[in-house]
Formats: sequence, C-alpha cells, structure tokens
Amino acid sequence: MTQAIARRDEAPLDAVALYTFTGLAAFAALLATAFTKDPSFRFHGYVMLTAFIVAFLALTAALGSNRLRSDQTRYADGVIRAGVIATMFWAIAGLAAGALIASQLSWPRIFYFPDAPWLNFGRLRPLHTSAVIFAFGGNALIATSFYVVQRTCRARLAGGVWPWFVFWGYQLFIVLAATGYMAGITQSREYAEPEWYVDIWLTIVWVAYLLVFLGTIWKRKEPHIYVANWFYLAFIVTIAILHLINNAAVPVGLLEAKSYSAFSGVQDALVQWWYGHNAVGFFLTAGFLGMMYYFVPKRVDRPVYSYRLSIVHFWSLIFIYIWAGPHHLHYTALPQWAQTLGMTFSIMLWMPSWGGMINGLMTLSGAWDKLRTDPVVRMMVVAIAFYGMATFEGPLMSIRAVNALSHYTDWTIGHVHSGALGWVGFISFGAIYCMVPWLWKKDRLYSNQLVEWHFWIATTGILLYIAAMWVSGIMEGLMWREYTPQGYLANAFVETVAAKHIENVIRTVGGLMYLSGAVIMAYNLWRTVRLPGVVSTTSSPAAPPMPALAAAE
Amino acid sequence: MWKAHAKFERHSFVLLIGIILVVSIGGLVEISPLFYLESTIEKVDGVRPYTPLEQAGRDIYVREGCYGCHSQMIRPLRDEVERYGHYSLAAESMYDHPFQWGSKRTGPDLARVGGKYSDSWHVQHLTDPRSVVPESNMPPYKFLAETDLDYRAIEQRLATLKVVGVPYSKAEITNAKADLETQVDAFAGEKSGLKTRYGTKVQQRDYDGDPQRLTEMDALIAYLQVLGTMVDFRTYKAEDPRNLR
Repeated sequence: MTQAIARRDEAPLDAVALYTFTGLAAFAALLATAFTKDPSFRFHGYVMLTAFIVAFLALTAALGSNRLRSDQTRYADGVIRAGVIATMFWAIAGLAAGALIASQLSWPRIFYFPDAPWLNFGRLRPLHTSAVIFAFGGNALIATSFYVVQRTCRARLAGGVWPWFVFWGYQLFIVLAATGYMAGITQSREYAEPEWYVDIWLTIVWVAYLLVFLGTIWKRKEPHIYVANWFYLAFIVTIAILHLINNAAVPVGLLEAKSYSAFSGVQDALVQWWYGHNAVGFFLTAGFLGMMYYFVPKRVDRPVYSYRLSIVHFWSLIFIYIWAGPHHLHYTALPQWAQTLGMTFSIMLWMPSWGGMINGLMTLSGAWDKLRTDPVVRMMVVAIAFYGMATFEGPLMSIRAVNALSHYTDWTIGHVHSGALGWVGFISFGAIYCMVPWLWKKDRLYSNQLVEWHFWIATTGILLYIAAMWVSGIMEGLMWREYTPQGYLANAFVETVAAKHIENVIRTVGGLMYLSGAVIMAYNLWRTVRLPGVVSTTSSPAAPPMPALAAAE
Repeated sequence: MWKAHAKFERHSFVLLIGIILVVSIGGLVEISPLFYLESTIEKVDGVRPYTPLEQAGRDIYVREGCYGCHSQMIRPLRDEVERYGHYSLAAESMYDHPFQWGSKRTGPDLARVGGKYSDSWHVQHLTDPRSVVPESNMPPYKFLAETDLDYRAIEQRLATLKVVGVPYSKAEITNAKADLETQVDAFAGEKSGLKTRYGTKVQQRDYDGDPQRLTEMDALIAYLQVLGTMVDFRTYKAEDPRNLR
C-alpha cells in the first residue's frame, strides 16, 4: 500500500529522461548560438534555444504537478488531438503558400516584392512543398498512425510522454525547415532541402517515432498485426533509410549552417531521385495506404475486401517502388541501363498500385449506398479513385518516349497534384472527419452539409488544377519541339511562358478553391469540437471488450 | 503459402527485417554500380573545380532555390541541342555538390548559359527580369547587387569540398580569399595567381558593373558565365565508343 503511494509520487522515468534531454539540448543550443560566426546558424540557434527552453519550462511545471503519469487502461489520445489540430493548421498554411506562388507565376508584377527576397518563388516553392508534404501530410500520418496502432493493438502508446516529444519535435523540425528556406538555408535537394543539423534533429525525432510505434506493437493484446500497421511500419522504416543516405553531407563547420553533399553529379542525381521518388512511394503512398486500410473499413463498417490481395500488394509495392527513381532522369547523363531499369519497374508498379486501389474500393461491397448518404465516405472513395488515376498516369509518364515530352513541363506538376490533392489530401481529410467526433466524444460532425460543400469545391478545384496543367504541360512540351517548315525552332522559350498565362491563372483559381475547402473543413471541425459532448461513461478504454476491428480475413 | 505469411503478421521483428531487406535490393542494384563502373563518367578535358568566386556564386544559386525553375541538363534531343547547345555530359557536373540538374523548366535550361549573354544583361535581367523580357515570370534579384558577398568562410568551404572529393590543391585552399578577390579585379593580368592555379580560361573582371564593391551579384554572374563552358566541344568526340553509355 505505502509502496504504491510512493510510486505514484515518483516522477515517471520516461518524463525524467525527456526532461534531462530538453535541458541538455537547451544548453547545447545556447553554446552553439553564442559561439557561431555564421548569422544563418545563429538565427536557427535562437529558434532552437527558444523551443528547448519552453519545453524545459513546460516539463518543469508538468513534473511538479504530477500530470505526466500515463494510465495504461486508457488510450493516449491527447497527442492525437494535438496532431489533428496541427494537421489542419499546416494544411491551410501549406495550401496558402501554394496559392501565393501560383499567383506569382500568374501575375509576377503584383506578387513579387523586389525588397523582400524571402518572398521570392525560389524560396517559397520548397516552403510550399515541405509544408504540404511534411507538415500537413506528416502530421496526418503521425496522428493517424498513433490512433490506428493503439486501436488495432488494443494497447496504449508506448513511451509515456515520448509521443509528445515526437509531436513537438516534429513541429520544431517543420519550423526550422520553413524559416530556413525563407532565410536561404537550404541544400537545394528537392524534398530534402533542410540543412544538416535540421536533418540530424529529424533523425532523432524519427527514431523516437519508430520506437513509440514499435513499442506499442510489442505491447499489443491482439496476436495479429493489422495490415494498416504493416504499411505504417514500412513508411517509417524506409523513410529513415532514405533520409539518412540522401542527406549524407559534410558541414562546412560544426557551427556553420552550410554543408556540401557527400555525392556529386550523376551519383548525387540518382541518390536524390531514389530518395525523391520514394518520398512519394513511402511517405505519400505507403503511409496513406495505412490510413486507407483502417478508416475506410471502419467508416463503412465492412471488412477489408481481400486479405490475400493486401499481402500481395504490400510486398510487391514496397519492393518495386524502390527501383522507380531513375524515371526522373530519362535522357540525362545517367547511364542508360539505369534509366531502362527505372522505367521497367515503374511500369510494373502499376499493378501493385491498382491492387491497393481495388482492395480499398471493393471494401465498399455491400455498402455502396454510403456514397450517397455519407460525404466523408465519398471523399475517401474519390481519394482512392485519384490514387488509381495518378498511379496509372505515373507509369505512363515514366515511358521514355512520353517522358521526352512531359519532363521539365507542367504536366509533371499536374500529375503530382492529382496525387497530392486528390489522393493524399482527400484520404487525410476523410480520416480526420472520422477521427474528430471519435476523439472529442461527439456523436456526429457539426454539419454534413459543410462536408458536402468542402467536397464539391475541392473536387472542382482539383479538376481545374490538373486539367490546366495537362493543357499547359503538353502545350509547352510541343511548343519546345516545334519546327518551322524551314527547319528552325518555331518558338523562343519565352513564347511558351507567355502562352501558359491563362493556364497559370486557372491553376491559381483551382488551388484557391481547394484552400477554401480546407478552411470550410477547419470551421466545421471547430464547431464539432464545440458541440455538447455525448453522455458516455467510458472514455476510450485501452482494452474494449470487442477488438476495434477484426483482422482482415 | 498464405499460412506462412502469418509469421510476418505475428512477429513485429520478422516484419521489420522483411521490410528492410525488400526495400534495400532496388537501391543496391541500381545505385551502387554508379560508384565503381568506370563508364559512368566520360573522360573529358577541361572540366576543373570552380574558382572560389564561382563556387560562392554557386552557393548563392543553391541558396535562392534556382533549381525549382531552371534545369542544368540538356537532353540529347534535336530541339534541345539546337536551343541550348551540346547535350550535357556526366563529367560536366562531376564536381557539383549537390548536383543541380533540376526537374522543371519554368525558365530555360542554364547548363550552357555561360557566355551567351553579357554581364550587364545579367545584371539588368536579375535586377528586374521584366525590363528585359516583358513576358517573364521570374522573381527579381535586385538585392544581390546591394548585398556584399560574405566570403568569411571560403577557405573552409573549399576544404569541405575537398573532403567530399573535389580535387582542390593545398595552394588553392590557402589562397581562396585572394583568388576570390582577384577574379573581380579587371586589372589583375594574365599572370595572376588565380590564372596559374585554375587555368588561363578563367575570366577575371568586374561582373556587376560596380568595381567599388564585391557583391553577391558578382559571384552569381561569375558562376552563370562559366556554366557549360569548360569542355571544348570542337575536340570532344561524342560518337567515340568510349563516350557512349
């Protein structure tokens, strides 16, 4: 008895470890900020110092109030609620950045500011891509994976307060990356722009994420690891491998922000696109397939369509994706054998991708009426349809002859956005529409009508966006290679720029529509959270009598 | 067969190892040969490490994210070769850390922009792109001409590049600051230390039209003006079997 009381007064070990870690990190940041001669590095030193001091103070207060004890009979949902809020915040920020840079390309005389270099397209473009992929997508993945792994394992998240470290550490990574781009701190490697020390920070956060995720699986009360968790695990592990190898670099000094890539030229190019394509394959595909495998069956209340298909398409997807990188380097100085390999595997990739699409869509068997009645289901189904379309278009564009036309053009931009807005965006929005009432204990969303508005405005926006990019991409590709009857090139480069103006404007409109949809959603969710609570005695017990979801058989 | 899969579904460690093995194969087969197959990079004359000023300019190119709109990779297609010049060789970017081949042409390819336009055209165009090309949607880079180049750590930068494989000599690293300043000095002469170290083709002049100041504009234009000019394509035999890959 006395022992139990004594233990309750002791600070939990995981919290003490985190407390020590933030204290040491704050001290290291202080030294680095004080001694560096590099103004860029000092700027980020201040950001880190502030973050660690705030974290240290918050933990000091929390340890004193004894609030950090984790109740093993309850799911850890606080960190997921925070993740949902962060996801919506970064979605709107990232989409707004996209709308701004689209406006810059449409109306350069209005949206460029000669005295504000940090607002130039070159610095905002990585801000936009990182904000939507890593900030919006990453937060959606972390939040949903924490939700799914607890429910399907019937166990509370492992690591006590460390899931909170993963959450806040990841936000710090985003802030460092975003402010870095605007200040000109970048490696200029597509989708891997943050400099070496930000990469190291992300590595620490990611290892903690992997351990929390795996630790929860180890604690599971279900013998079976649910299929969604295979995809989440593949996403976490492979992203770690890609991140470490692609960001191999030597810093100019321990207190300098600048680094030089360990690789150069042709090798650097293939390493980068091996990374870049698998950021698509594992971040934007495998992770979000994990989301699909939990939220679609759960929402429509049907089992996953085919257990065997999920096995086949899981292993073939992760095996084949890794090979597809060289299709970004067709007709370049990369040796042709590597280009051919990349193209071959890219075409093969069509099959496992569609395996996933079929498994997701056919899960609605017997519940197709929900397409009419539940706009959230419709959103997720359209996401899967966009996934199918983008994964058909991708292999098509990886064919050398097609790529000769499409590469370097807006077609690629359109392709990426049908995947990003259609698949990644919609499946995340669908999952969040599902989770918010569950997490905040409400019996419904504030308004299904607003979900309808969101769905139709955003879908129209996507269609405008990708149709405009198809037209402008194919047009500029054809104009670049157009010859006069006398055998001269028909168009100067700048004529193709001028010819794209109207498509650029349509793209901006499409993007703004998609952004408005997200704003409507944020409003709807905010009103949902403020609804009166459901009278329910149990708040998410960690071991409900029935498994949250039967194993897919 | 389906029963055998239960091992992966019930043991997280087996699943983890399985995933790591399966995702490793493709990268190992595709990427590692590029580091040892000698045919990956052609043997060509003329490609040299960047001078300190050019490298400083390249660092600005990287900092500003120019790769988002400009490629540096001319493909061996008829229209590209006619528009931009000889297709790019792997050797031409072998000292580029990181590579800047790019993936998008919102603006034209820059792999061979060196020598195509005058310095003063570049200054004017970077300062206000639409004053020279009315249809352009490029951002303005007026601030480059107003910002003094920060080359406090240029020796360290060259030394770091040497660590990752760029063959800078000891003399090139210790003289980096002097060489950088020499390159913007129009009166430095043919016998300057810079030219003895980097070759007689190195262009020494004031790039930004303001001899009083050494600005970021000087460095960026020095980099742009050397792009694609190192290999002499009058002597390079593209059809030689050793140059096919």
